[in-house]
Amino acid sequence: MALPARWKEKIIASDPADEIMELQMGPSHPAAHGTIKFNLKLDGERIADCDVEVGYLHRGFEKMCEQGTWTQCFPYTDRLNYASPCINNVGFALAVERLLGVETPERCKYVRLIMSEVSRIADHLTCLGMGAGEVGAQTVMFYMIEAREFLYDLIEAVAGARVTVSWCRVGGVTNDFPPDFAARLGASFKSLDQVLSDCDKLLSRNRVFIDRMAGIGILPQEDAISYGLTGPLLRATGIKYDLRKAQPYLVYDRFDFDVPTGERGDNYDRFNVRFQEILQSRLIIEQAMASIPAGPVSITDPKIVLPPKQQVYESIEGLMNHFKLIMEGIHVPPGEVYQAVEAANGELGFYVVSDGSGRPYRVRVRPPCFFGMGALNKMLIGRMIPDIITTFGMINMIGGECDR
Amino acid sequence: MLIEKMKERFGADILAAESAHGEESITIDRERAPEILRALRDEAGFEFNLLADLSAVDWLDRKPRFEVAYQLNSIPRGHRIRVKVGVDGADPWAHSAIGIWKAADWLERECFDMFGIVFKGHPDLRRILMYDSFKGHPLRKDYPYQKRQPVVPETDPVSQPLRPSR
Repeated sequence: MALPARWKEKIIASDPADEIMELQMGPSHPAAHGTIKFNLKLDGERIADCDVEVGYLHRGFEKMCEQGTWTQCFPYTDRLNYASPCINNVGFALAVERLLGVETPERCKYVRLIMSEVSRIADHLTCLGMGAGEVGAQTVMFYMIEAREFLYDLIEAVAGARVTVSWCRVGGVTNDFPPDFAARLGASFKSLDQVLSDCDKLLSRNRVFIDRMAGIGILPQEDAISYGLTGPLLRATGIKYDLRKAQPYLVYDRFDFDVPTGERGDNYDRFNVRFQEILQSRLIIEQAMASIPAGPVSITDPKIVLPPKQQVYESIEGLMNHFKLIMEGIHVPPGEVYQAVEAANGELGFYVVSDGSGRPYRVRVRPPCFFGMGALNKMLIGRMIPDIITTFGMINMIGGECDR
Repeated sequence: MLIEKMKERFGADILAAESAHGEESITIDRERAPEILRALRDEAGFEFNLLADLSAVDWLDRKPRFEVAYQLNSIPRGHRIRVKVGVDGADPWAHSAIGIWKAADWLERECFDMFGIVFKGHPDLRRILMYDSFKGHPLRKDYPYQKRQPVVPETDPVSQPLRPSR
């Protein structure tokens, strides 16, 4: 929204302190889930300028990745978007595999895809639940967080951890699905369906909710592209763009699913796009479970993947391969790759550079929500303070990913 | 094939081109970068309307020392390219792309913060992830990863309020 002329005059006026109030909101504000600071310039309750300060959760992800072996980066990637860690794992693994020129077995691709989609649902449930909770729909928040818990149980059954999964490896994954996975998935989906139908009834015709969301935080299409937005934020403006369709990776091109879009690019559209995406992810998982092939979930190249423990204890080759992989790491040939995957918030990119040693020379992450935060200023100017909460909620900034 | 098209269009402006791992990348001169990037965004056949990423790599003992990498993506055409610009270590600067893609605003701030590369023409180039009193640029290869920096002294918020950096 363009700045009305009277505010421009006020900002330019020689002594703005008389008219414009400065307010520092955050970095730890009870209504904003995430450590972030808004330096606001307010005209009454309207926002004349908003400088968004990020970086409070900067832990030097990219620097730390350069210190260890390629495999040792996986635990760090868990801590990027901690609402959907499997997708980060998969993205990094795909990048390194392309650099190595290895192809994972069919079943591994399916397993990775299914876990990515389960994580996407969990991520969307977090975003929607928190977003609804912040405008007063506490019930929806509790319902959705409960549903997310069922999905975390599912992830725990496969990877052994709820959030810090570290479950991918270069060349495969550590664990295949447990034998009862299909039954567990069915049970989780049954409760998920119940929650989605309840939340739909609670929200989609709820006057208070719509008033808080519709027409707020609008970003027009051309701005959304210019600001580099991807994922639900871009699709809410009406652009049917999804990396799973546009530049398919894993085996997404084998499944039939729709890419939901919005019309106006406001918070209500963003909410709806995410809500619809949960249903689409559910469809993808069902199709993938129906066609998942049997076989190994990891390659067996001893220069890339750790040998089975039996071999380590009983043969000299196994012991040596294990030792060399742990101490020296995987020798990735020199080169560079930019691998993008469709994470829950948009394009998650890994730009990895190798100099041929056993350590990454550079690992750069393209965090999707960083771009949304960059555009937040544009979405908020001219709006009211309470609109910060809903807009910020619908960007779904994840501190670990935005600040790295 | 994208590379051929670019060589045809830009000729000698493309200093190097590489195609590996199913990706294409070109290296261009930093003086000419804004012009070429703008052409890549606007001209039919390229239409790179999305600046997917901008970051740098520090090749400590190479010349030029830094390599700024623009990852461009085209929504209408569905293709990608990586554009690299060499940046000298003694006087690290590059032209800002903020007039071409607004996403460059924060990305260049981060690149400045992490590598100390100054983007000429950026209206608001200040640190973004690190705090203002931080010394040095952490992602440079000569910045030790275990280095500690002094704690920022606590000030009384009433008598000496902490001013926002903008």
